[in-house]
Amino acid sequence: MEQLKPRISVYYAQNATVVTLTDEKLLEDDDIKALEESIMPLVDDSRINLVIDFSNVQFLSSAVLGLLIRISKKISENKGRLKFCCINSKIFDIFKITRLDEIFEIYDDAKKALQSLK
Amino acid sequence: MTIKVFNREKIVSKGIISELRKICSRILCHANVLGYSKDDQFAIHLALEEAVVNAVRHGNKQDTEKDVVIEYELSPEKIELWVTDQGGGFKLDDVADPRSGENIYKAGGRGVLLIKSYMNSVEYNKTGNSVHMTKLNSKPA
Repeated sequence: MEQLKPRISVYYAQNATVVTLTDEKLLEDDDIKALEESIMPLVDDSRINLVIDFSNVQFLSSAVLGLLIRISKKISENKGRLKFCCINSKIFDIFKITRLDEIFEIYDDAKKALQSLK
Repeated sequence: MTIKVFNREKIVSKGIISELRKICSRILCHANVLGYSKDDQFAIHLALEEAVVNAVRHGNKQDTEKDVVIEYELSPEKIELWVTDQGGGFKLDDVADPRSGENIYKAGGRGVLLIKSYMNSVEYNKTGNSVHMTKLNSKPA
Protein backbone atom coordinates (compact mmCIF):
# COMPACT_ATOMS: atom_id res chain seq x y z
CA MET A 1 0.00 0.00 0.00
CA GLU A 2 1.44 3.37 -0.98
CA GLN A 3 2.46 5.35 2.07
CA LEU A 4 0.81 8.74 2.13
CA LYS A 5 3.09 11.58 3.05
CA PRO A 6 1.49 13.91 5.60
CA ARG A 7 1.10 17.42 4.25
CA ILE A 8 0.99 19.08 7.62
CA SER A 9 1.85 18.45 11.20
CA VAL A 10 -0.45 19.91 13.82
CA TYR A 11 -0.07 20.79 17.44
CA TYR A 12 -2.35 22.67 19.76
CA ALA A 13 -0.97 25.52 21.78
CA GLN A 14 -2.81 27.29 24.58
CA ASN A 15 -4.74 29.64 22.38
CA ALA A 16 -4.19 28.40 18.84
CA THR A 17 -3.66 25.54 16.45
CA VAL A 18 -0.21 25.50 14.86
CA VAL A 19 0.03 23.89 11.45
CA THR A 20 3.49 23.22 10.02
CA LEU A 21 3.62 22.68 6.27
CA THR A 22 5.81 19.64 5.64
CA ASP A 23 6.44 19.92 1.87
CA GLU A 24 9.48 21.82 0.63
CA LYS A 25 7.89 22.65 -2.68
CA LEU A 26 4.27 23.65 -2.96
CA LEU A 27 3.20 23.73 -6.53
CA GLU A 28 1.60 20.49 -7.74
CA ASP A 29 -2.17 20.72 -8.03
CA ASP A 30 -2.42 17.53 -6.00
CA ASP A 31 -0.20 18.98 -3.28
CA ILE A 32 -2.31 22.09 -3.01
CA LYS A 33 -5.55 20.13 -3.05
CA ALA A 34 -4.22 17.77 -0.38
CA LEU A 35 -3.12 20.74 1.71
CA GLU A 36 -6.54 22.31 1.39
CA GLU A 37 -8.16 19.05 2.43
CA SER A 38 -5.86 18.87 5.45
CA ILE A 39 -6.33 22.43 6.65
CA MET A 40 -9.94 23.30 5.78
CA PRO A 41 -11.51 20.79 8.20
CA LEU A 42 -9.57 22.51 10.98
CA VAL A 43 -11.06 25.89 10.18
CA ASP A 44 -14.55 24.97 8.99
CA ASP A 45 -17.54 25.50 11.25
CA SER A 46 -15.78 26.82 14.31
CA ARG A 47 -13.89 29.81 15.51
CA ILE A 48 -10.18 29.02 15.40
CA ASN A 49 -6.90 30.81 15.82
CA LEU A 50 -4.46 29.32 13.33
CA VAL A 51 -0.72 29.73 12.96
CA ILE A 52 0.80 28.37 9.74
CA ASP A 53 4.48 27.57 10.01
CA PHE A 54 6.40 27.79 6.72
CA SER A 55 9.81 26.68 8.03
CA ASN A 56 10.04 23.72 5.61
CA VAL A 57 8.81 25.61 2.56
CA GLN A 58 11.49 26.46 0.00
CA PHE A 59 9.29 27.16 -3.01
CA LEU A 60 5.68 28.04 -3.65
CA SER A 61 3.66 29.29 -6.58
CA SER A 62 0.83 31.78 -6.84
CA ALA A 63 -1.67 28.93 -6.59
CA VAL A 64 -0.62 28.48 -2.96
CA LEU A 65 -1.23 32.17 -2.31
CA GLY A 66 -4.76 31.63 -3.54
CA LEU A 67 -5.23 28.80 -1.08
CA LEU A 68 -3.93 30.95 1.77
CA ILE A 69 -6.46 33.64 0.89
CA ARG A 70 -9.27 31.07 0.88
CA ILE A 71 -8.15 29.83 4.29
CA SER A 72 -7.96 33.40 5.55
CA LYS A 73 -11.51 34.13 4.39
CA LYS A 74 -12.86 31.00 6.06
CA ILE A 75 -11.15 31.80 9.36
CA SER A 76 -12.38 35.38 9.20
CA GLU A 77 -15.97 34.22 8.54
CA ASN A 78 -15.76 32.17 11.72
CA LYS A 79 -14.33 35.14 13.65
CA GLY A 80 -10.95 33.48 14.12
CA ARG A 81 -7.44 34.83 13.52
CA LEU A 82 -4.68 33.70 11.19
CA LYS A 83 -0.94 34.22 11.54
CA PHE A 84 2.04 33.02 9.52
CA CYS A 85 5.55 32.38 10.75
CA CYS A 86 9.03 31.19 9.74
CA ILE A 87 8.84 32.38 6.14
CA ASN A 88 12.28 32.48 4.53
CA SER A 89 13.44 35.56 2.66
CA LYS A 90 12.84 34.18 -0.85
CA ILE A 91 9.27 33.21 -0.04
CA PHE A 92 8.71 36.47 1.82
CA ASP A 93 9.72 38.35 -1.33
CA ILE A 94 6.77 36.72 -3.09
CA PHE A 95 4.47 38.01 -0.36
CA LYS A 96 6.00 41.49 -0.66
CA ILE A 97 5.77 41.63 -4.45
CA THR A 98 2.09 40.66 -4.31
CA ARG A 99 1.54 42.95 -1.28
CA LEU A 100 0.13 40.03 0.65
CA ASP A 101 2.53 40.92 3.45
CA GLU A 102 0.10 43.81 4.05
CA ILE A 103 -2.93 41.60 4.60
CA PHE A 104 -1.33 38.62 6.31
CA GLU A 105 0.36 38.96 9.68
CA ILE A 106 3.80 37.35 9.44
CA TYR A 107 6.12 36.60 12.35
CA ASP A 108 9.70 35.36 12.66
CA ASP A 109 8.76 32.33 14.70
CA ALA A 110 5.81 30.45 16.13
CA LYS A 111 6.38 31.82 19.63
CA LYS A 112 5.93 35.41 18.47
CA ALA A 113 2.92 34.45 16.36
CA LEU A 114 1.29 32.77 19.36
CA GLN A 115 2.09 35.70 21.61
CA SER A 116 0.31 38.03 19.21
CA LEU A 117 -2.85 35.98 19.73
CA LYS A 118 -2.97 36.64 23.48
CA MET B 1 31.21 40.06 -28.51
CA THR B 2 30.36 36.44 -29.18
CA ILE B 3 27.87 34.86 -26.87
CA LYS B 4 28.37 31.15 -26.64
CA VAL B 5 25.05 29.34 -26.64
CA PHE B 6 25.36 26.26 -24.54
CA ASN B 7 21.84 24.92 -24.70
CA ARG B 8 19.06 25.57 -27.15
CA GLU B 9 15.99 23.47 -27.31
CA LYS B 10 12.38 23.61 -28.42
CA ILE B 11 10.03 21.12 -26.87
CA VAL B 12 6.45 20.55 -27.93
CA SER B 13 4.41 18.83 -25.27
CA LYS B 14 0.80 18.03 -24.62
CA GLY B 15 -0.62 20.47 -22.09
CA ILE B 16 -0.17 18.26 -19.05
CA ILE B 17 1.30 20.28 -16.21
CA SER B 18 3.22 17.39 -14.66
CA GLU B 19 4.95 16.69 -17.98
CA LEU B 20 5.71 20.34 -18.54
CA ARG B 21 7.26 20.54 -15.07
CA LYS B 22 9.73 17.82 -16.06
CA ILE B 23 10.86 20.03 -18.91
CA CYS B 24 11.18 22.95 -16.48
CA SER B 25 13.30 20.79 -14.16
CA ARG B 26 15.62 19.93 -17.02
CA ILE B 27 16.06 23.60 -17.90
CA LEU B 28 16.85 24.38 -14.26
CA CYS B 29 19.45 21.59 -14.20
CA HIS B 30 21.18 23.14 -17.21
CA ALA B 31 21.10 26.56 -15.51
CA ASN B 32 22.61 25.02 -12.38
CA VAL B 33 25.41 23.41 -14.41
CA LEU B 34 26.17 26.79 -15.99
CA GLY B 35 26.60 28.30 -12.55
CA TYR B 36 23.43 30.36 -12.22
CA SER B 37 22.96 31.26 -8.54
CA LYS B 38 20.28 29.71 -6.36
CA ASP B 39 18.45 33.04 -6.41
CA ASP B 40 18.51 33.11 -10.22
CA GLN B 41 17.33 29.51 -10.37
CA PHE B 42 14.49 30.35 -7.98
CA ALA B 43 13.47 33.22 -10.26
CA ILE B 44 13.61 31.09 -13.41
CA HIS B 45 11.70 28.29 -11.68
CA LEU B 46 8.93 30.58 -10.48
CA ALA B 47 8.52 32.42 -13.78
CA LEU B 48 8.44 29.15 -15.75
CA GLU B 49 5.97 27.61 -13.33
CA GLU B 50 3.61 30.59 -13.60
CA ALA B 51 3.96 30.76 -17.40
CA VAL B 52 3.30 27.06 -17.85
CA VAL B 53 0.28 27.05 -15.54
CA ASN B 54 -1.11 30.10 -17.36
CA ALA B 55 -0.59 28.38 -20.71
CA VAL B 56 -2.43 25.24 -19.62
CA ARG B 57 -5.20 26.77 -17.51
CA HIS B 58 -5.95 30.03 -19.28
CA GLY B 59 -4.44 29.59 -22.72
CA ASN B 60 -5.44 26.03 -23.53
CA LYS B 61 -8.43 26.08 -21.14
CA GLN B 62 -7.24 22.86 -19.50
CA ASP B 63 -7.52 20.95 -22.78
CA THR B 64 -4.67 18.44 -22.40
CA GLU B 65 -4.84 17.61 -26.10
CA LYS B 66 -3.63 21.10 -26.92
CA ASP B 67 0.10 21.65 -27.05
CA VAL B 68 2.35 23.86 -25.00
CA VAL B 69 5.69 24.73 -26.57
CA ILE B 70 8.63 25.55 -24.33
CA GLU B 71 11.69 26.93 -26.05
CA TYR B 72 14.83 28.11 -24.35
CA GLU B 73 18.25 29.44 -25.16
CA LEU B 74 20.75 29.25 -22.33
CA SER B 75 24.19 30.80 -22.15
CA PRO B 76 26.47 31.74 -19.26
CA GLU B 77 25.20 35.31 -19.61
CA LYS B 78 21.44 34.84 -19.82
CA ILE B 79 18.54 32.53 -20.35
CA GLU B 80 15.73 33.27 -22.78
CA LEU B 81 12.50 31.35 -22.50
CA TRP B 82 9.44 31.17 -24.71
CA VAL B 83 6.21 29.52 -23.55
CA THR B 84 3.49 29.26 -26.18
CA ASP B 85 0.00 27.78 -25.96
CA GLN B 86 -2.62 27.04 -28.59
CA GLY B 87 -5.23 29.36 -27.17
CA GLY B 88 -6.68 32.52 -28.60
CA GLY B 89 -4.46 34.72 -26.48
CA PHE B 90 -5.23 37.57 -24.15
CA LYS B 91 -4.61 41.28 -23.79
CA LEU B 92 -2.13 42.21 -21.11
CA ASP B 93 -4.06 45.41 -20.44
CA ASP B 94 -7.08 43.32 -19.48
CA VAL B 95 -5.20 41.73 -16.60
CA ALA B 96 -6.14 43.52 -13.41
CA ASP B 97 -3.41 44.53 -10.99
CA PRO B 98 -3.70 41.93 -8.21
CA ARG B 99 -2.23 44.37 -5.69
CA SER B 100 -4.88 47.04 -5.96
CA GLY B 101 -8.19 47.43 -4.20
CA GLU B 102 -10.33 44.37 -3.81
CA ASN B 103 -8.12 42.38 -6.19
CA ILE B 104 -5.71 41.76 -3.35
CA TYR B 105 -8.33 39.52 -1.74
CA LYS B 106 -8.88 37.46 -4.87
CA ALA B 107 -7.52 33.91 -4.97
CA GLY B 108 -5.96 34.23 -8.43
CA GLY B 109 -4.47 36.65 -10.90
CA ARG B 110 -0.88 36.95 -9.65
CA GLY B 111 0.96 34.89 -12.25
CA VAL B 112 1.78 37.67 -14.71
CA LEU B 113 2.89 39.98 -11.90
CA LEU B 114 5.30 37.36 -10.56
CA ILE B 115 6.69 36.63 -14.03
CA LYS B 116 7.37 40.34 -14.59
CA SER B 117 8.89 40.73 -11.13
CA TYR B 118 11.36 37.87 -11.42
CA MET B 119 12.47 38.20 -15.04
CA ASN B 120 14.66 40.99 -16.44
CA SER B 121 12.36 41.34 -19.43
CA VAL B 122 8.96 39.94 -20.41
CA GLU B 123 7.17 40.33 -23.72
CA TYR B 124 3.95 38.85 -25.00
CA ASN B 125 3.34 38.36 -28.70
CA LYS B 126 0.58 40.28 -30.44
CA THR B 127 -1.95 37.47 -30.05
CA GLY B 128 -1.12 37.01 -26.40
CA ASN B 129 -0.57 33.26 -26.55
CA SER B 130 3.20 33.37 -26.26
CA VAL B 131 5.46 34.88 -23.62
CA HIS B 132 9.16 35.61 -24.09
CA MET B 133 11.09 35.95 -20.83
CA THR B 134 14.74 36.80 -20.25
CA LYS B 135 16.78 36.39 -17.08
CA LEU B 136 20.32 37.65 -16.91
CA ASN B 137 22.83 35.64 -14.92
CA SER B 138 23.37 37.85 -11.90
CA LYS B 139 26.87 36.42 -11.41
CA PRO B 140 28.34 35.51 -14.78
CA ALA B 141 31.78 33.91 -14.75
